[in-house]
Amino acid sequence: MRKGKIKINEDRCKGCLLCIEQCKVKEIIQGEKVNKYGHLVVEFKNSGKCNACTLCAIVCPDAAIEVYEVSEEKVNGK
Amino acid sequence: MENNKILIKGNHAIVEAAIDAGCRFYAGYPITPQNEIPEYMSIKMKEAGGIFMQAESELISINLVYGAAVAGARAMTTSSSPGISLMQEGISYMAGCELPGVIVNVQRGGPGLGNISPSQSDYFQAVKPGHGDYRLIVLAPYNTQEMYDFTFEAFDLADKYRNPVMVLTDGLLGQIMESIELKRKTPELLNQKKDWALTGAKGRKGKRIVSLLMEPGVLEKHNFHLKEKYDLIRKTEKRFEKLGITEDMEYLIVAFGTVARISKGAIKLSRDIKIGLFRPITLFPFPYEELKEIARKVKKIFVFEMNLGQMLEDVKIAVEDSEKIEFYGRPGGGVPTSEELLNFILKRIQK
Amino acid sequence: MIEKIIYKKPDSLTDVNFSYCPGCGHSTVHKIIAEVIDELALRENTIAVAPVGCAVFAYNFWDFDVTEAPHGRTPAVATAIKRVLPDRLVFSYQGDGDLASIGMAEIVHTANRGENITVIFINNTNYGMTGGQLAPTTLLNQKTTTSPFGRDAKNYGYPFKMLEFLSPLEGVKYLERVKVTDAASVVKTKNAIKKGFSYQLQNIGFSMIEVLSSCPANWRKEPLDSNKWIEEEISKVYPVGKIKDIK
Repeated sequence: MRKGKIKINEDRCKGCLLCIEQCKVKEIIQGEKVNKYGHLVVEFKNSGKCNACTLCAIVCPDAAIEVYEVSEEKVNGK
Repeated sequence: MENNKILIKGNHAIVEAAIDAGCRFYAGYPITPQNEIPEYMSIKMKEAGGIFMQAESELISINLVYGAAVAGARAMTTSSSPGISLMQEGISYMAGCELPGVIVNVQRGGPGLGNISPSQSDYFQAVKPGHGDYRLIVLAPYNTQEMYDFTFEAFDLADKYRNPVMVLTDGLLGQIMESIELKRKTPELLNQKKDWALTGAKGRKGKRIVSLLMEPGVLEKHNFHLKEKYDLIRKTEKRFEKLGITEDMEYLIVAFGTVARISKGAIKLSRDIKIGLFRPITLFPFPYEELKEIARKVKKIFVFEMNLGQMLEDVKIAVEDSEKIEFYGRPGGGVPTSEELLNFILKRIQK
Repeated sequence: MIEKIIYKKPDSLTDVNFSYCPGCGHSTVHKIIAEVIDELALRENTIAVAPVGCAVFAYNFWDFDVTEAPHGRTPAVATAIKRVLPDRLVFSYQGDGDLASIGMAEIVHTANRGENITVIFINNTNYGMTGGQLAPTTLLNQKTTTSPFGRDAKNYGYPFKMLEFLSPLEGVKYLERVKVTDAASVVKTKNAIKKGFSYQLQNIGFSMIEVLSSCPANWRKEPLDSNKWIEEEISKVYPVGKIKDIK
């Protein structure tokens, strides 16, 4: 299975929670951190279940999520 | 030398001037007494390879001109009084965005739908225009030659100051035919680079042309910047004409446009009365200081307009002793004759 | 470990954070437009016209050339820009107050002239920026700040279906209604916008994409509930799908 991770731009996140609804593997949760604009931002759990499906990022209104595909170095020597 | 003299109607002269000045975008909506402009323009603009659009309202006209100006084109619209009222929103936006453009008002009687006779009752609307602290450069022709010349020059003025320019004329000047000389030369600023225009962000960040300035203090600053521009216009673009102004002159007529022309007739008829004419050509900037200077020397100042005293207010600002001012105006499409003006003068002098 | 980025903020967005409320559909559509412009490599060749309303600030967020228009006059401004610069991508971005109310004449005649521009129409059934007043698109019985007892047809008329209204006009080439309530619908919206832009690049003519868009703050709903309301109520009145496509 493809492995992935996301980075949440905490300045851009407004805590609308649309990403949480989209995440099939429940890797995003409502966090406890409030950003400088007063928004309660979401958090990436990073428990290894993220498969880089990008649904969270696609639905994020604020372009606050970056998605990365994570792979071992040895794959096809690349 | 090529003879460029032609016999032409005022409204048609505006079209010739616009094309000669490099105007390549025109949008207009039918309204009397300026219909010859869009009609003739639909032919001339096609010949020139420019864009002619018949808008579906004056609101659309002025916003097409706004868009064409955003894209860097020399653009014009024309209308008559009620139509200009509809354009006020767009004109204010253009002034706020500092967009050049030429607006011709072939005035008719008002208020409301009024009538289709010549009038000067949009002086306020031109000189002290719509919402917000802004100004238009206002040129007031008084014959067909000036219809051509001022429309031609309006495009350079608009580009020079990045400001809308209005040619304020009327149904009489629009309809009469006179012999004029065409310039057929390249306007000075035609090829001036418009770095501010939006043409796509090639090799740069995106640009914006907007009049919404919400950040605290920014709009106030912008208004002060506009004022600096208007002050520069006041200093450099003031235009007027003096006729028969002599050392021993006793009386003075102040009139613009059509009425200045009729006033000339009155002066001719007056024979031995020592009376001269001061004709503001730019209504903004208004030639206050020059008028003030001349007004000092005369016993009486006659202000004649085809309205109920709109330029009169600016004359009062200019003249120190406003007791000297005698006003005669014909509103609602009334056009005075030279005899009528002379009779008024004679009555007031004999009093 | 190798980390390969597969989704990021599009280059055609500036670093300025959206000023919109949490979950607002405007944000999503702004982002999608920037993505499409990136994918078509049109950042340096685009001129957008922003409306009056919440999206008036679009010029802060898009890193391409943007002007704004008086309320509702957006299509007229876009028309002239496109006529003067026919090889640029020109689109107008308008809300339902701007497009379906005060700018009705502008949009109808621009469509009827078949101007080769793309219109992105945000339908959130109210005037967002001014505080959630009734718009021509407001649903029947919907409560707004100027229809506090709900929209009744007798007093306020009926919800205005812009795409269906414009569809018979010969100048109109492509009309589609979309929504941005979940990832799948966001992708559909992106495809529709891309199609509209592509049609323009092929000189096919006027296209308009209506996006059913949430306005959580004025609807007094959480963002997720707002999207649910679009799914359950709004899309019943304004069904999503292609209304017209001449190709």
